[in-house]
Amino acid sequence: MGSLRILVGCKRVIDYAVRIRVKPDKKGVITDGIKHSLNPFDEIAVEEAVRLKEKKLAADICAVSIGPQACQETLRTALAMGADRAIHVEVDDKTYQTLQPIHVSKILAKLAADEKIDLVIVGKQAIDDDSNSTAQMTAAFLGWPQATNASKVEPDGAGSVTVTREVDGGLETIKCKTPAVVSADLRLNEPRYATLPNIMKAKKKAIDKKKPSDLGVDVSPRIEILSVEEPPKRESGAKVESVDDLLTKLKGLGRI
Amino acid sequence: MSSQKYQVLNLYKTLLYMGREYPLGYPYFRDRCHKAFARNRTETDVQTIDQMIKRGEFVVKEIEALYRLKKYRTLRKRYYKHELEPDTDSTA
Repeated sequence: MGSLRILVGCKRVIDYAVRIRVKPDKKGVITDGIKHSLNPFDEIAVEEAVRLKEKKLAADICAVSIGPQACQETLRTALAMGADRAIHVEVDDKTYQTLQPIHVSKILAKLAADEKIDLVIVGKQAIDDDSNSTAQMTAAFLGWPQATNASKVEPDGAGSVTVTREVDGGLETIKCKTPAVVSADLRLNEPRYATLPNIMKAKKKAIDKKKPSDLGVDVSPRIEILSVEEPPKRESGAKVESVDDLLTKLKGLGRI
Repeated sequence: MSSQKYQVLNLYKTLLYMGREYPLGYPYFRDRCHKAFARNRTETDVQTIDQMIKRGEFVVKEIEALYRLKKYRTLRKRYYKHELEPDTDSTA
């Protein structure tokens, strides 16, 4: 019988299936009118939190998203999947461009402390920046143990959690005391689809609005984006008819 | 016990909602979904309609599975390529 209070990070990212296009000014990618959704790894984090609640190991799930107004859509998805409440930390579009894991983790750490959280679960990385640092930094700011790249999370209901981690060359199982920070890997679970009735019900759940300044976090930029460019186009290959043909061509290119 | 009309409308709404993410595009999905429902609009037998509703609910589950699998496979290819090609040298 557990009463874990869970905080889940929900980042709004460009949908995984969209073909990204770089902006003409090369300062970023085109986001206007592009489909956005909940970061897939965060989706897995939300799903894990909901499953823990269904197993009666968690009592309360709070979803958090940091960014412009549109983040509320992302929070609605988390609420539709089963989160109890949500917090939207609002930053304007310009600030959002240079918002980094260091800012995010400070915010999450403050919220975790304020909301008396026992377990922070986030996706291991966002599919847009692929930083893979927020969980780690958040744990460091809180001074809590961290269990990253989790493929299994098993709280014992008595102040500890056993986490199986996906590491190079296999799996590692660790046990840490709560409160702790966990980051979700792909194989942790398969997230449920947020059905229409649940989306409708989610509209009634509360989304609390806060500003970084309310939490005492400075979100001024620490980086400057110099340029964003597409990777070089792959050159098309040529087909050969036989091994002799291949050897001839390779000789011609001076490769052999 | 909700009326069949209510069930059918609900099913249609659910399918359209899911169709927004259909790989071949929403217009394609919406068009076919509409035609499939319109084709049976004159059906009156309660049992047959019940079966059709069940079929529709099955399709909903199939679409859900399609999306889930597509997402999983795409992410796995993107982030876990070394697992899919065990013989190649990975520079993860």
